[in-house]
Amino acid sequence: MKPTDIHHPEYFHKVVDCQYACPAHTPVPEYIRLIAQGRYDDAYMINWESNVFPGVLGRTCDRPCEPACRRGRVEEEPVAICRLKRVAADNKVKEDVAKRIPPKVAKKNGKKVALIGAGPASLTVARDLAPLGYKLHIFDAQSKGGGFMRSQIPSFRLPEEVLDEEIGYILGMGPVVQFDTYVDSLKELLEKDYDAVFVGSGAPRGRDLKNLPGRQEADANIHIGIDWLASVAFEHTAKIGKKVIVLGGGNTAMDCCRTARRLGGDDVKVIVRSPFADMKASPWEKEDAINEDIPIIDNHTPKEFVIEDGKLVGMRFEKVKAEYDENGRRSLVPTGEDLVFYPCDEVLMAIGQENAFPWVERDIGIVFDKWGMPVLNKDTFQSSNPKVFFGGDAAFGPENIITAVAHGHQAAISIDLFCRGEDPQKRPAPGVTLISQKMGVHEWSYDNQVDDDRRYKVPHAEKTLALSDRKLEVELGFDVATAFREAERCLNCDVQTVFFDARCIECDACVDICPTDCINFVDNADEENLRKSLKVPARQKDQDLYVSDTLKTGRVMVKDENVCLHCGLCAERCPTSAWDMQKFLYEVTKAAPLCNV
Amino acid sequence: MSYIRPNFRHPELATNELGYSRRDYEGSLSTLCAGCGHDSISAAIIQACFENAVPPHKVAKISGIGCSSKTPTYFLNKSHGFNSVHGRMPSVATGANLANRDMIYIGVSGDGDSASIGFGQFAHVTRRNLNMLYIVENNGCYGLTKGQDSATADVGSASKKGVPNPYEPIDLCTTALQMGATFVARSFSGDKAQLVPLIKAAIAHRGFAFIDVISPCVTFNNTAKSTKGYEFIRDHMAATGKMDFVPVRQEITADYTPGFTQEITLHDGSVIHLYKQDAKLLATDRDSALRAVQEHKARGEVLTGLLYIEPDDPDFHEIQATVKKPLRDLDASDLCPGQRALEAINSNLR
Repeated sequence: MKPTDIHHPEYFHKVVDCQYACPAHTPVPEYIRLIAQGRYDDAYMINWESNVFPGVLGRTCDRPCEPACRRGRVEEEPVAICRLKRVAADNKVKEDVAKRIPPKVAKKNGKKVALIGAGPASLTVARDLAPLGYKLHIFDAQSKGGGFMRSQIPSFRLPEEVLDEEIGYILGMGPVVQFDTYVDSLKELLEKDYDAVFVGSGAPRGRDLKNLPGRQEADANIHIGIDWLASVAFEHTAKIGKKVIVLGGGNTAMDCCRTARRLGGDDVKVIVRSPFADMKASPWEKEDAINEDIPIIDNHTPKEFVIEDGKLVGMRFEKVKAEYDENGRRSLVPTGEDLVFYPCDEVLMAIGQENAFPWVERDIGIVFDKWGMPVLNKDTFQSSNPKVFFGGDAAFGPENIITAVAHGHQAAISIDLFCRGEDPQKRPAPGVTLISQKMGVHEWSYDNQVDDDRRYKVPHAEKTLALSDRKLEVELGFDVATAFREAERCLNCDVQTVFFDARCIECDACVDICPTDCINFVDNADEENLRKSLKVPARQKDQDLYVSDTLKTGRVMVKDENVCLHCGLCAERCPTSAWDMQKFLYEVTKAAPLCNV
Repeated sequence: MSYIRPNFRHPELATNELGYSRRDYEGSLSTLCAGCGHDSISAAIIQACFENAVPPHKVAKISGIGCSSKTPTYFLNKSHGFNSVHGRMPSVATGANLANRDMIYIGVSGDGDSASIGFGQFAHVTRRNLNMLYIVENNGCYGLTKGQDSATADVGSASKKGVPNPYEPIDLCTTALQMGATFVARSFSGDKAQLVPLIKAAIAHRGFAFIDVISPCVTFNNTAKSTKGYEFIRDHMAATGKMDFVPVRQEITADYTPGFTQEITLHDGSVIHLYKQDAKLLATDRDSALRAVQEHKARGEVLTGLLYIEPDDPDFHEIQATVKKPLRDLDASDLCPGQRALEAINSNLR
């Protein structure tokens, strides 16, 4: 193999598994260290710069970082990254953080941008563009900002004041919002003097089972999950029948069933077509639902709404089993058993969401594909009408908050480039630094001792109490002492092992000391054979090999990055400082520099 | 500085026939200087014991005094150990071996411990063909006392102080050959591919197995003018050949050129397979070994690899006709065989 180019920004970025997996590439180990030091404001600001809604995401994020966490590969459970983020948000000093949020810019740059929807994508675009002096007009059909963060995520998972606070920071930076304003024609909006338009209107339509027998007759007792959650959030709905069936296996289904339990549902069931393990809901959300006495019945396909005397009394389901073809594609095959009847008073359908753009005219230069989705440039989020940009769920279909934020950052850069008459395809390079952490002969500026603790559990509110109050937050968050212990589990994967081949005397000290057998001195070969020739063969193909230039003996140093603990022992045992521990900081460049931590 | 090694290991670490991974043969974190050759030797011992599937509780590690003699702490921490008096490791090993012949004895010594204060002990344990592995971690200097030249430093070799050594060195392999050792090898701490099979064969060998491992002292004796530094050894190293150690249970599959190969069956049935650099070399001929060491030295080279082996010579127990069991396994009837046995002995003396 050729020597690894460690100066390519993506090489070490990939080693920081959590950051690499995060759509917004939040520098996770950096803020976890700050939490361990009790520097909550600084930890919060790093998050705020990168993911805009630390308090919200610290409670509700889909946490793609956690399955990626290296800790999960050397131990059992990843670091509780998401809940540590919440610790920063909960323990920051609000007044001090408020001072660090960029103020309203008095001097405008003369450009005007309209943003449709006040959800995470639009708000991110607004935050990134506001310091540059853009006039920003946000339109939203709801009476408060936040989009689906407000209407779909129940208060017992995300208290309103957390949401209000973080939306407040952005609105304080100057964008003007017109609430209760449904944009029904993009054409009309484009005719106004906006320099660019950002569409962050989400995926607002919940799927229905229109053709199922009984659907029309029982309409009064059948609700679309996301619409029902919104009506609960805006306090139009305050109760539900005693027996409730929730259809679907995603996080919306979990939110529906848990909300139903709080609005009077004594007997709430989730019934899902797929096997339990295949359900889309996050494992912890399923766990929380089960803990609230909600059974999840899998492998059942809905067949019929059963009506008696004009009233919904239950549903019939067909039992299925999952079969997988050679490509791993799943099909649900009926078992042939009799249909199963489950009684109920009301049904909530949380079986998926769709995009809908009835308000976007088809003659304004925006090309749509055969699924009714706008055709976009994947990097710039620009549509075929150069003035119009999309982001969040409106861009490529339903995802999650952190993805919407990541879209927002990139769309903001595109809009700024476009408004300045530059090519949006010329993307700015990420900000990268690599700095030695050496403090003394064998001392590092980071805590290199690897902690043995297992993942700590977040305490929950008492169940009967939680079920009696829709707004009472169930998760209580880590206390500061537990947060410290949990933060200490982080392996500091951003502190990189940097190898200087010219200094190496091939004494094997690093090979002998490495607790996880990452380091090898072997004859060079192609990647496939090199992976086989290591002390412990490198089978995890998505984890890179770090290969040095040819050394004096003709061999090369090959480090399998897979389970490196970043403990620094290789560098401590190296007599010639051929290894050094260097902190790698990767920052996604934003449209405007926001704050300095 | 870190004093504790993290407890996590590679999740795919291999296990041996006993179900142990290399981790089960590790010791404490080394406190020797960073880059010390001794740490590589410890790692090679760990690897060899793991590959030979040695039960850790069947090993006794015995050492004297010096940097080298500290190292038994850094490997096999589930084995027995005795850190003895300077140069007296052979006496302690002899005593232990006589008491319990079923154990594997690994003696670790240094050039000061074996070539100076313990030179007499070294000579006599060799003569007796005590069943043990005797490793000298040879760095040509006294690392614990600021790096003075030791008795194995070559003439003209200069350590960090810069003064060339005026005295003739003691060649420990030559000494061992002359004293009647039945397994003699030399190696280099920086060449595990050679060292690990040597240690494995030495453990399997019944009798006195001696390995002189050149082990650079990074702090005091890794200079450009030293003949025991990493660079000098790499540039001047010659090898008797490549060696494979094949345990009893495995079949030999490699295909070697005739004339260059020599196969030696050890006492326990395992096999050493030598692929020699020089067809004239004969690993079972003491004179050939002495000559080869001498010839390479004259050329300014350090000859490494297996130099000599005699697998069938009687070991100390056999020479002494000692009891076949460890002493702790002897019961009262063995120790006190009764009136009739006494009468038989007495009648022999009449």
